[in-house]
Amino acid sequence: MPHRVSHPATRNPRQGGPGSTVGAARGNARVIQRRRDDDDQTEMGDLGDEFLQGRTLVKPDDQLELSEAELKEEFTRILTANNPHAPQNIVRFNFKERTFKQTSSVEQIAIHFALDGNMLHKDSDEARRQHARGGAGESHSEAALSEVGEETEAAAEEEGEKEEVVEEAPKKESLRNQFNFSERASQTFNNPYRERGTATEPPPRANFSATANQWEIYDAYLEDIQKQEKAKEKSKQVPAYKKDDEKVRKKLTPTETVTDDISRVGRASKIIERMVNQNTFDDIAQDFSYFEDASDEFRDQEGTLLPLWKFSYDKAKRLAVTSICWNPKYNDLFTVGHGSYDFAKQGRGMLLFYSLKNPSHPEYVYSTECGVMCIDIHPDYPYLVAVGFYDGSVGVFNVQEKAQGAVYISTAKTGKHTDPVWQVKWQKDDLDNNLNFFSVSSDGRVVSWTLVKNELIYTDVITLTVSDIPAEGPDGTQLQLLGCGTSFDFHKKIDYLFLVGTEEGKIHKCSKAYSSQFLDTINAHHMAVDAVRWNPFHPDIFISCSADWTVKIWDHNYSHQPMFTFDLNSAVGDVAWAPFASTVFGAVTADGKVHVYDLNINKYEALCEQSVVQKKKTKLTHIEFNPDHMIVIVGDDRGYVTSTKLSPNLRKLPKKKKGEDKPPIDPEVEVAKLDKILSLVREPDTQDQK
Amino acid sequence: MAEVEETIKRIQAHKGVIGIIVVNSEGIPIRTTLDNSTTVQYSGLIHLLTMKARSTVRDIDPQNDLTFLRLRSKRHEIMVAPDKEYLLIVIQNSTD
Repeated sequence: MPHRVSHPATRNPRQGGPGSTVGAARGNARVIQRRRDDDDQTEMGDLGDEFLQGRTLVKPDDQLELSEAELKEEFTRILTANNPHAPQNIVRFNFKERTFKQTSSVEQIAIHFALDGNMLHKDSDEARRQHARGGAGESHSEAALSEVGEETEAAAEEEGEKEEVVEEAPKKESLRNQFNFSERASQTFNNPYRERGTATEPPPRANFSATANQWEIYDAYLEDIQKQEKAKEKSKQVPAYKKDDEKVRKKLTPTETVTDDISRVGRASKIIERMVNQNTFDDIAQDFSYFEDASDEFRDQEGTLLPLWKFSYDKAKRLAVTSICWNPKYNDLFTVGHGSYDFAKQGRGMLLFYSLKNPSHPEYVYSTECGVMCIDIHPDYPYLVAVGFYDGSVGVFNVQEKAQGAVYISTAKTGKHTDPVWQVKWQKDDLDNNLNFFSVSSDGRVVSWTLVKNELIYTDVITLTVSDIPAEGPDGTQLQLLGCGTSFDFHKKIDYLFLVGTEEGKIHKCSKAYSSQFLDTINAHHMAVDAVRWNPFHPDIFISCSADWTVKIWDHNYSHQPMFTFDLNSAVGDVAWAPFASTVFGAVTADGKVHVYDLNINKYEALCEQSVVQKKKTKLTHIEFNPDHMIVIVGDDRGYVTSTKLSPNLRKLPKKKKGEDKPPIDPEVEVAKLDKILSLVREPDTQDQK
Repeated sequence: MAEVEETIKRIQAHKGVIGIIVVNSEGIPIRTTLDNSTTVQYSGLIHLLTMKARSTVRDIDPQNDLTFLRLRSKRHEIMVAPDKEYLLIVIQNSTD
């Protein structure tokens, strides 16, 4: 038994001083205890020591102070089986009654030691399983197992283990650790996760939608081809590239700087205007296309003219129509020249281009200072118009250019006429490929004008002398009296041959080659010859009209006498051959009537004599047949142009074959027709054909 | 430019014409002689119709193109002349 040796040094210092005696007593007690162990000494020995030493009662400082009575109080101690550590009141919350309730009996069992054992009852499931694994050989030891207990069981288990260790090693393990299942796991150090991300600004988005049709693909190809062609051109024209560029730029800048919207609608607005007009004049348009006068079937030798559109322009209302010309290229476009026939009332003039598709407003308008007397459109360049003025000058207008006036104009220096120009006509290009035209005027000259660069150069072709005998002038000099030319016409086939009509009523047959002499002179009329025209089919026939009320048809081989003469009861303003037949012609008179003749049907009388103007005083000044459509336009001295449609009787054509739009106009057939008629007329010379 | 203005004025003054609208390639009316609501209605509807008509014509033959479109009803006739960038719409009374 270990004993403690108490050193005074290690004691509580408080008790050290005064308690030294106590310590000594204690020390003694120890020795005494030792002794007791060794041999039983009576307690008196201890007490005796104390008695011996003296009964000094030493109270520790913290001893409870009690009175004598209290000291003698007896306390009863009862030994119970209660667990002093068990709580006397356990209060549990009862959820059913929702109050705290005191548990009535508290368990007083105190467990001092617990140890789990490994013993199984032999009849339990687990024991049986183990037996089964142990094998049949173990069955006899089963009995011993139950009696002996742990040790045999352990031995049997070990045996069983040895047998089955190969087969079911993991199972054995689970069997072994049936109750004391311990799980082993280890955790690796997990690196903390970091997330990194970047966000970019999203690319700008735009919605795009398109359709891919066949025509869009086609357009794209076209553009591509054009680009390629341009590239090729550029590569070819490298030296001239700069010039072209400038020109192109010049042309582009006026059109491209027009950012204002309205002008771009130009084309569409034109189309719309025509559509609107078509609607307004719908009935006329229908008539123009489809109306055929049914009554013509009943009238054998008569026809009518159906009035269609009437063209007028307010600024030209006071001016008479002095000339009309159909455009050779666009068969619905015609040009009208306005001026005045009155010598006293001379003012300005106008040049208007109308289209049949837009009867309410002209397509192009040109205003001139002087009255326009005659116009002609170049057959090859349908935008060039030659104009003759009342003051004797001539000019050329180019419709394509946006000039307000004539592109070329002749002046006194450049040889303009001294009298009004009555007719102009384009000729074929001369040897230098310059455009040229002829003009005839009252001053007796037929002049050829050539367009060289920017000027008009004139050449006197012929002067119209009245007679071969020169007259005597006041000084005795010989003057040539000049006649006044009023109209001319060039032969369709024979280039140099042309006819000139004069104010004296004569018709001269001239050649371009001879400038002073005529090939022939015909005393055609008694008054001024207003118009002279070759037949479009027959090479020998021409027609003339005059203010002496007559229209005469001539054969230039038999020039002493006209083949036909027609008296129209009024001054004839103009006469024109029909382009579709060689025997049809029309004439207009000063009493406002249009006369249409067809020699094939009636050699003596007009098929149609119709007044096409409202007021009786208006004189009709010009007539023109449309080359394609069956209409005729007539101009009058009030500034109106009226269009009329020829009824079927007036336009007998050879029958259409299937599949052809227009009936074929065979020139030879036409010529033969006319020849036949002429032969009828010519042979009996005795017939009076006045 | 003045010519086009003049032409449009003439059309407007023509007998039976009720109004004119100029529409650009996106269907927005640029110029009109009618009131706002009517204009917007006409331009939107007719623009679509014209595009469809043009598409039809060109689908059949890509070398072809629409020249004009007429829509005749009991009361009015709507005429449309399409251009490369613009559309000109004119409304006229139907002829008797």
